[in-house]
Amino acid sequence: MFFRLDDEQREIQELARKFAQHEIAPHADEWDEEHHFPREVLQPMAELGLAGLLVPDQYGGLALPRLTGALIYEQLAQADMATAVWLSVHNMVAGLIAKFGDEAQRERWLPRLVSGAALGAFSLSEAHAGSDATAIRATARREGDEYVLNGSKYWVTNAGEADLYAVMLRTDAEARGRGISTFIVERDTAGFSIGKLERKMGLRSSPTGELIFENCRVPAANRLSAEGDGLKIALSSLDGGRVNIGSIAVGVAQAALDVAVRYAGERVAFGKPIGAFEGIQFMLADMAMKTQAARLLVYEAAWKMDNGEPSITAAAMAKCFATDAAMAVTTDAVQALGGAGYVRDWPVERYMRDAKVGQIFEGANQIQRIVIARGLLGEVASQ
Amino acid sequence: MNIVVCMKETPSITAVKRFTADMRLERRKEDAEINPFDEYALEEGLRQREKHGGEVIALCMGPVTATENIRKALAIGADRGVLVTDPALEGSDAIGTARALAAALQKLGFDLALFGSAAADSYGGVVPAAVAEVLGQPLLSFASKLEIADGRAKIERAAETGYQVAEAAIPALVSVIQTINVPRYPSMKGIMQSKKKPIDTFSLADLGVDATLVGVAGAREKATGSSPVDTQRKGELFSGNDGAADRIVAFLVEQKVL
Ligand SMILES: Cc1cc2nc3c(=O)[nH]c(=O)nc-3n(C[C@H](O)[C@H](O)[C@H](O)COP(=O)(O)OP(=O)(O)OC[C@H]3O[C@@H](n4cnc5c(N)ncnc54)[C@H](O)[C@@H]3O)c2cc1C
Repeated sequence: MFFRLDDEQREIQELARKFAQHEIAPHADEWDEEHHFPREVLQPMAELGLAGLLVPDQYGGLALPRLTGALIYEQLAQADMATAVWLSVHNMVAGLIAKFGDEAQRERWLPRLVSGAALGAFSLSEAHAGSDATAIRATARREGDEYVLNGSKYWVTNAGEADLYAVMLRTDAEARGRGISTFIVERDTAGFSIGKLERKMGLRSSPTGELIFENCRVPAANRLSAEGDGLKIALSSLDGGRVNIGSIAVGVAQAALDVAVRYAGERVAFGKPIGAFEGIQFMLADMAMKTQAARLLVYEAAWKMDNGEPSITAAAMAKCFATDAAMAVTTDAVQALGGAGYVRDWPVERYMRDAKVGQIFEGANQIQRIVIARGLLGEVASQ
Repeated sequence: MNIVVCMKETPSITAVKRFTADMRLERRKEDAEINPFDEYALEEGLRQREKHGGEVIALCMGPVTATENIRKALAIGADRGVLVTDPALEGSDAIGTARALAAALQKLGFDLALFGSAAADSYGGVVPAAVAEVLGQPLLSFASKLEIADGRAKIERAAETGYQVAEAAIPALVSVIQTINVPRYPSMKGIMQSKKKPIDTFSLADLGVDATLVGVAGAREKATGSSPVDTQRKGELFSGNDGAADRIVAFLVEQKVL
């Protein structure tokens, strides 16, 4: 057992903190208020190396361990959860091309993604297929050297802003889970358009929207891996995604805790700082415990992935616990600030709105609990 | 082009400053960072290398623990580091520091030696000139712009009503001010690669510097006491609807703000 980060991890964490606090935090409130997607920070982030976290060196990436990645996302989310989320989606797409793409595909797309010239999006969900991804209906039909894409995809982070879309589509109507394939679709492909953009509770600077395919033709060379591998690719990407979302949740929880602690030292009621009241002290203590416990679960899951140990249960625990903790901690932060917590002069109401989605996406927390329970009960759980 | 950037390790600006019994600044490893003014010198060195090729060496005189901050310079982009460290250097004043740095610069050889305009701990600002004096080479000080062409370094120095232009043949020493550039962030890759870049360590003996001329032994400058800055702010309250605006205007005129 060794609870200390090494020099490299600390330096990378420090760099992420510096960048996040200087280049992101001062704008986060405005981006949220104005639903502004901050494309302008993609390039500077790419220069730091943040747009190729999972990509091998030969394509310009860093191929960082998951644990180091978790440290980075935690810092970014302390400044702005929305930014950390869209960056994690981008990295997930680059990561899946690196892992499942062939040499030509890697050469074609990775340098663009890693340099920040192109932004990635990941599209699995549909209106009728969220938790149950096997229910996907949008199709890709083979015609010679091409596929013809039809149907619509929902809830796509970076919709409209992204240049490359990793899309899971049905290539076989009969085989449910095994009838899905992954395609990379470029933004300017004919027959591909962006539908409705959602109006959201939080995460407002990160667009979420619909992709529409109407007889959209893509070369067969845009299919990743074999036909039928799509769900496997998506689920494998989401495994790592869970650790990322967990670390993002830890970041937003820490940010909320920091504000609440500062406020408790300054705000005076009944002649004392409110931090002198046990009612507030206990709340802050609980917030700190939840945040730290979440952090340790996330680090452990990341460490297991990096060391090739079984990590499915660990990743599910990390994602579920950390996002539940973030929801509880941000809600308590609003409470600790009282009226100030409920208005936009302070960032905690944004933290609370943003935190909620963590419990829903990248596998809703009910699904994470099912995964954990299956690990405990085996066959019994599936009866 | 051989570019050497002199970088000091200083306690971070926000760190609480304490003095030792003999009136020296207590330096804690946790608070140590690259002197913020030197980051501009490093950035300028990297930009000159991007234009003219060559190598950037980060040169630091300090305790062994300063290696960590030299690594940071390597992560930002310097090619290699040199640490001048020796127990006898402890307590050096500006002249002692200049002797050690000058000897290191001479040993390394350089076309361009870059400095920040001052260090954030002592704000002396005389080391660059003292090094130039020891080396007998020109110093172009307080540069807000630097151009190297045809074997000459040319700078602009901000003055009250415009700027002065100064130039000298290289090798030359240049100290820079903060308007000269915007220092870049290190990159993640830079951090990872910095571990593989070399850092050489020189002692006084390696540099052939007489130990009695540096450190406490050679210091001619001695701090004898310290007192906190009086930070009391004066405030004047103008209130009421009656003529407050006129009084504020009068006050601002008096203060030469308007
Ligand atoms: C802001 C945002 C961004 C998103 N970004 C992306 C993206 O980039 N790409 C993408 O593909 N998708 C994205 N999604 C979609 C997201 O992954 C889905 O919303 C999520 O998978 C849940 O699916 P659903 O909304 O259809 O909910 P449903 O599956 O309909 O679930 C509704 C409720 O039922 C529960 N439930 C479902 N099945 C079970 C069960 N077996 N047992 C117990 N409870 C169950 C769920 O936990 C949930 O509480 C995003 C969503 C949001 C809100």
